[in-house]
Amino acid sequence: MYSKIISCGILGIDGYIVEIETDISNGLPGFDIVGLGDTAVREARERVRSAVKNSGYEFPLKKITVNMAPANIKKEGSSFDLAIAMGILASSGYISQSAVQKSMFAGELSLDGEIRPVKGILPMAVCAHQNGIRYLFLPEENAREAAVVKELHVIPVRDLRETAAIINGEIEIRYFEDAGGEKGPVYYDTVDFADVKGQENAKRALEVAASGGHNCLMLGSPGCGKTMLARRIPTILPSMTFEEALEVTKIHSIAGILPPGVSLVNTRPFRCPHHSISDTGLVGGGSVPKPGEISLAHYGVLFLDELPEFSKKALEALRQPLEDGVITISRVNASLTYPARTTLICAANPCRCGYFLDEPGKCTCTPRQIQQYLAKLSGPLLDRLDLHVEVTPVKYTELESDKAVESSLEIRKRVERTRKIQLERYRGLSIYSNSQLQPAMFSKFCRLDKKCRSILKDVFERLGMSARAHSRILKVARTIADMDMSEEIRPVHLTEAIQYRSLDRRVWNL
Amino acid sequence: MELECGENVMTSNLKYWIWLGSLVNTTPARKYRLLQYFRDPALVWEASEAELEASGLCTKKLISSLKDKNTRNETERAFESLIRCDAEIITFNDRAYPELLRHIADPPLVLYCRGKLEPEEKRVAVVGSRRATWYGLDMAKRLARELAEHGVTVVSGMARGIDSQAHKGALEAGGRTIAVLGCGIDKAYPPENRELMEKIMQNGAVISEYLPGTEPVRYNFPARNRIISGISLGVTIVEAGEKSGSLITADYALEQGREVFAVPGNINSHNSTGTNRLIRDGAKVVTCVGDILDELKVSHDSKNTYSVNKKSALMKLGKEEKTIAQRLLNGPVHLDVISRDCGISVQMASSILLMLELSGFVEQLPGKYYRLVE
Repeated sequence: MYSKIISCGILGIDGYIVEIETDISNGLPGFDIVGLGDTAVREARERVRSAVKNSGYEFPLKKITVNMAPANIKKEGSSFDLAIAMGILASSGYISQSAVQKSMFAGELSLDGEIRPVKGILPMAVCAHQNGIRYLFLPEENAREAAVVKELHVIPVRDLRETAAIINGEIEIRYFEDAGGEKGPVYYDTVDFADVKGQENAKRALEVAASGGHNCLMLGSPGCGKTMLARRIPTILPSMTFEEALEVTKIHSIAGILPPGVSLVNTRPFRCPHHSISDTGLVGGGSVPKPGEISLAHYGVLFLDELPEFSKKALEALRQPLEDGVITISRVNASLTYPARTTLICAANPCRCGYFLDEPGKCTCTPRQIQQYLAKLSGPLLDRLDLHVEVTPVKYTELESDKAVESSLEIRKRVERTRKIQLERYRGLSIYSNSQLQPAMFSKFCRLDKKCRSILKDVFERLGMSARAHSRILKVARTIADMDMSEEIRPVHLTEAIQYRSLDRRVWNL
Repeated sequence: MELECGENVMTSNLKYWIWLGSLVNTTPARKYRLLQYFRDPALVWEASEAELEASGLCTKKLISSLKDKNTRNETERAFESLIRCDAEIITFNDRAYPELLRHIADPPLVLYCRGKLEPEEKRVAVVGSRRATWYGLDMAKRLARELAEHGVTVVSGMARGIDSQAHKGALEAGGRTIAVLGCGIDKAYPPENRELMEKIMQNGAVISEYLPGTEPVRYNFPARNRIISGISLGVTIVEAGEKSGSLITADYALEQGREVFAVPGNINSHNSTGTNRLIRDGAKVVTCVGDILDELKVSHDSKNTYSVNKKSALMKLGKEEKTIAQRLLNGPVHLDVISRDCGISVQMASSILLMLELSGFVEQLPGKYYRLVE
């Protein structure tokens, strides 16, 4: 007998409908799954066989063929177990085929018929809703995640027996009720810019970075507070819209890093991979493609601590996604696109011993060693970092002082205001923040008056500024003007922007 | 006692000078006494073991190295390559040999020189720690510049930190400066000073007692310090910590009867422990270049007008600019501190500082420190 059950596969960060067709016919007993499944899918045979048997059903001693359509896309993972089992039950007549037409099934089976949680439930739920499916049967643990899609009836199930009973109407359906109040993982509920004493210059620079979405490099001696500052950046980024949160949650769901019980990631992610990470780990990929750290930091912050320690290959791989905001991974069967719109914050020591920026005499490096160390930083990646922030250690007296320090909330309000100005200005264009301005747009959005032009000329001639700084300065000056709610860029904005280009200046060539 | 020799004899004799001068198994003082005993390095070369023994100056080990064929062959080779090198070779008996140096206890027998040594010039050494503070670097440069302005030649060791600043200061004033190296004069050490070395050769001299090609090995440097003080009338130590090499120079200066000057520093700063101790022990305090010039009997009308001059220059600035510039009067200050102390937002301060930088009033140092330009 033939039956058709609907399940869902994942491609990139989106789900697609997979029809599980099951045919049981006379012939030599056997169980085949076709339709480009990976090892996990092939192994589903054994799990399904045992689960069906141990749930009290008779596993048909006939020739069983399962086809997963569309058959030309590679299917991965264990989430098809439940659907395959349901197909066999339907084909054997244990459940009615008509009852499951508008339902989708996802879940992994254990040998005794229990249903285990799977990755990527949110994109499946979204896909189900988009394809007019009304019921989603899924593992209990995943229910809250799927409940984000309000229009869908989410039915959490514990085991195979219960699932069949619900379909046959033997027990009442328990829809999942979102208890509400379950917030996403709060990466930074305990940190606040109010904790950072002193460091006014660095804080201001990070506010500029947050306001314009600029990538930023922090340089400073070990223990001067680079990491402390970086961890607080998400707290001043504008809060996410529902669409943004949905997209981030999808990515986290696929990567399987969504904490249990969390429905929606509604705080901006902060990712800080260790410097031993591979290029694949950073941008995504692998034989079973997974989103990399840059995608996990989508709409949030990717923090690379000890930048020069990262492998050259990994850093090179970052360049294209940083520019495009997406990363495309091509495989024989498909090419996947993961979103990767992130603010990159890097931290590095200024020299090998780390103390070059502190008071003179503390650094033990020779000028040549410093140059060699900085040469590691230079190159194309440095071209994508708009701000260079020099961070110097705070004096003890400042740690002690009880002078009022601005909280993240206050700063965030300003950042949100500045972002809004940008969104309105760039409406209709394909960009959303000053950091994405293209050189062609400078004449329209970054016009400089005569005074500004003469300052800029002076700076390039007298301070030995390198030419690549030019467009960076304009973008950052635009952001500073926006923070000041000024339509035109004034000298005071421009000069501040120039001060954030330390590495392009002669200051460092002692 | 001078050996008056013809030009040809000199050249052929040179080989023996270089041989004796570059002998490594003994001290400069011992070599000097050998020279005094035998009168001429050629005679040392030819002396039999018995004669060497009879001098009473030689241990067995020294005799064997004096007689060593390999060293002698090496000298021949070094001599040939030396002739091709543009180094001037000044022996102890030459007229060009600095007169002051001749009278120390352990003068080098040979000096290799690139550039020109003036016999009549007044020389003062300006030395100090390699790892110096902004204060030390500034003072070294200023003192050297002002010495050069008064026609004094500045001697130093071309090391990082104070030494380099001293050379730079003298060159800035268009004066003469002499670098005494601890390696061969064909080597720029530290390497980043290559350009500086070129300039010193054009406006003074780079000298060394070591054969060209000698690597900068650690134990050469204390020995070269005796030459720094030896060719100078006085030694100025600008900044020296507890165990700075420049204190060795000060010791040599005392031994050789030279003036010792020291620039006072903050008593809490470990970079100034050495100089402050020198002052306690009787070194002359330097608060302005006049303190050195007085001892040299050079006429001058200089007073320490540094802070007065700076203050008057600042009167022309706008209100906020002036507030910031005044905060910088006592040395480099961090941007955050400027902003806090002057009550100006950090972004505004940063902007003003750039304008002050463009107009040449302040300069930015690594780590967002700012200071006034002299």
